[in-house]
Amino acid sequence: MDFDLSEEQRLLKESVEGLLGDAYDFDRRKKYMKEPGGWSKAIWGRFAEQGLLGLPFAEGDGGFGAGAVETMIVMEALGRALVVEPYLTTVVIGGGFLRHGGSAAQKEAHIPAIIDGSKTLAFAQLEKNSRYDLADVATSAKKKGDGWVIDGEKFVVLNGEAADTFIVTARTKGGQRDAGGVGVFLVPANARGIAKKGYPTQDGLHGADVTFTGVEVGADAAIGDPENALPLIERVVDEARTALCAEAVGLMDESLKTTVEYLKTRKQFGVPIGSFQTLQHRAADMFVAVEQARSMSMFATMATDFEDAKERATAVAAAKVQIGKSGKFVGQQSIQLHGGIGMTMEAAIGHYFKRLTMIENTYGDTEYHLRRVTAGGGLV
Amino acid sequence: MDLAFTKEEVAFREEVRAFLRDNVPATTRQKMIEGRHLSKDEMVAWWRILNKKGWGVSHWPKEYGGTGWSSVQHYIFNEELQAYPAPAPLAFGVSMVGPVIYTFGNEAQKKQYLPRIANVDDWWCQGFSEPGSGSDLASLKTKAERKGDKWIINGQKTWTTLAQYADMIFCLCRTDPSAKKQTGISFIVFSMKSKGVTVRPIQTIDGGHEVNEVFFDDVEVPYENLIGEENKGWDYAKFLLGNERTGIARVGVSKERIRRIKDLASKVESAGKPMMEDQAFREKLAAVEIELKALELTQLRVVADEGKHGKGKPNPASSVLKIKGSEIQQATTELLMEVIGPFAAPFDEHADDGSNEAMEWTAQIAPSYFNNRKVSIYGGSNEIQRNIITKAVLGL
Repeated sequence: MDFDLSEEQRLLKESVEGLLGDAYDFDRRKKYMKEPGGWSKAIWGRFAEQGLLGLPFAEGDGGFGAGAVETMIVMEALGRALVVEPYLTTVVIGGGFLRHGGSAAQKEAHIPAIIDGSKTLAFAQLEKNSRYDLADVATSAKKKGDGWVIDGEKFVVLNGEAADTFIVTARTKGGQRDAGGVGVFLVPANARGIAKKGYPTQDGLHGADVTFTGVEVGADAAIGDPENALPLIERVVDEARTALCAEAVGLMDESLKTTVEYLKTRKQFGVPIGSFQTLQHRAADMFVAVEQARSMSMFATMATDFEDAKERATAVAAAKVQIGKSGKFVGQQSIQLHGGIGMTMEAAIGHYFKRLTMIENTYGDTEYHLRRVTAGGGLV
Repeated sequence: MDLAFTKEEVAFREEVRAFLRDNVPATTRQKMIEGRHLSKDEMVAWWRILNKKGWGVSHWPKEYGGTGWSSVQHYIFNEELQAYPAPAPLAFGVSMVGPVIYTFGNEAQKKQYLPRIANVDDWWCQGFSEPGSGSDLASLKTKAERKGDKWIINGQKTWTTLAQYADMIFCLCRTDPSAKKQTGISFIVFSMKSKGVTVRPIQTIDGGHEVNEVFFDDVEVPYENLIGEENKGWDYAKFLLGNERTGIARVGVSKERIRRIKDLASKVESAGKPMMEDQAFREKLAAVEIELKALELTQLRVVADEGKHGKGKPNPASSVLKIKGSEIQQATTELLMEVIGPFAAPFDEHADDGSNEAMEWTAQIAPSYFNNRKVSIYGGSNEIQRNIITKAVLGL
């Protein structure tokens, strides 16, 4: 049992934080958000240069063969700096599908381009009625010749506007909520029949609603078994949730730090407001919430390697519950302790709160994951 | 970073489990499962078994009878004790006064007291709190005046846990009334059988008799019963209170109680089906299990950190343990109350001596709930813990 970072992991943490400290701050972030697609190509290039985009891929595929802990380190740092670039959708989710389910040809076609920064991905999964149920898929993929024809509508596809390739969940057979019959397909963003409506999201990222109308792809578009890809989807989405937990810990850490700093400097009644016990205890409770969240982020990270899929899922669900609760508390109290200034677009703290809020509603909220934990039989 | 226990640690866990299985008296275990009170003899009998095995004072230095275990082994040992469950060693002797004596006491004191603590030949109690000194402990008034080769002690202590069983007390006494409040205090130990010591029971809201008031009326104590230096008692008290940072989370206790909740909720019916099948109830329980898992991980982080970097610099996460640990313990007793519902009502007037065997064990559920309100008050109330986080961690 060891909670310390290895020497290499420590170096990675320093280098990511160094890069972001150098190239990312709240004002520059506003500029990056206004670039086409909602993020900065220059920053993405620097991620590529530093090897961040190749971290989880096998050495044989051109990557560094890093594990879940390395992803946790990067995601925490991205959270701390409120980064808007599509690391989650491209490296964690896109990369996850390719690593766990991709054929040799698919890996070769996509992984080098992810690693060198020339290609980003988006995960087209959410549908009008699916909410958090990954098996609830109305979008269809019908056989045509050797290939497939995809029809359906996907919503809030993060990085949907800028992505070069979509990873689309689509039903190949069965009823809309059947566990069987769901496939995952690689679809070029410029394929004929794709219509996109892009927009900024509440938390400063960029999303798109994407319609697929008679989009034709080849037989080689399917990742894994086109009739039974749900276990693959669940695995990758669990990794995405785990990454989000780490990002949230970075966001909470920074929120607490910023808030404590504010309590020390803001004066009212002639004294720093941090001298008031009622505010001190609120900050202490925020600290407790952050530490509990950090523990569960680590738990989910280490659960990535659990052999038993059910045990892994329960662990990740439990972590997402903790992160949802802690994130809501830390986010809301950060605003409260900042007072009026916390309500302004101009102050960074509100943007941390907004990102934390959106994370809670991504890939299952607290209530959804609490149900998953009960379905998994609990933790004791 | 690696969550897994090593092969050696897993083997150690098995060894502890097997020992408990073979050696904890069955009635002792059963009483603990049911939340019933153990008699003094039952506790002492078990602790002597533990001491014979060499595990009675496991965390003490080897030269005084300790085991030399790693932080992780101590963690495993404590968790297994709590989860089995079996009584943990008497904290007042083993975790509190023992370490003060072997760290600050002289050779004669070590020789005289340590083996007797290990074998519970002496039952120790703690003389810290006073009626006017709760969270503000340093305001204590109990006085020890030097008269030749004796101390003359006058004053009153309160919340003295199990003083009715105690042979010895370690006591914070004011020895320099003119000094600033923290600096005039000394750490003195003496026999509870001394002339002038009176113990009066305090009945708590659960109906139990756990704590007492202790009065000192011109109690004569030999001068050599002073531990360490005169007027340095506050330092020793801080050392004592800081010593047990990780045990306070009581993760094993809460785990054991959650298993009990699940067991009981599978038997108790509501609306024609077991409570355990009620989704709202299950979610409430799962929420507590998640908090507990987070706490367990937080505790492991502190344990691993101590193992690697020593106990010198406390991990900031350690202040979380008391707050969350107590909240979770209270939440589990609340859930047990919810499961038993209206059948919580019968009150066992003889819970202390267990003489009314006709009472169902479920009569202990409500008292346990009432009694557990104490866990967020003692050991530095949760509000004091927040003050500590505020100052020591956040720097406010």
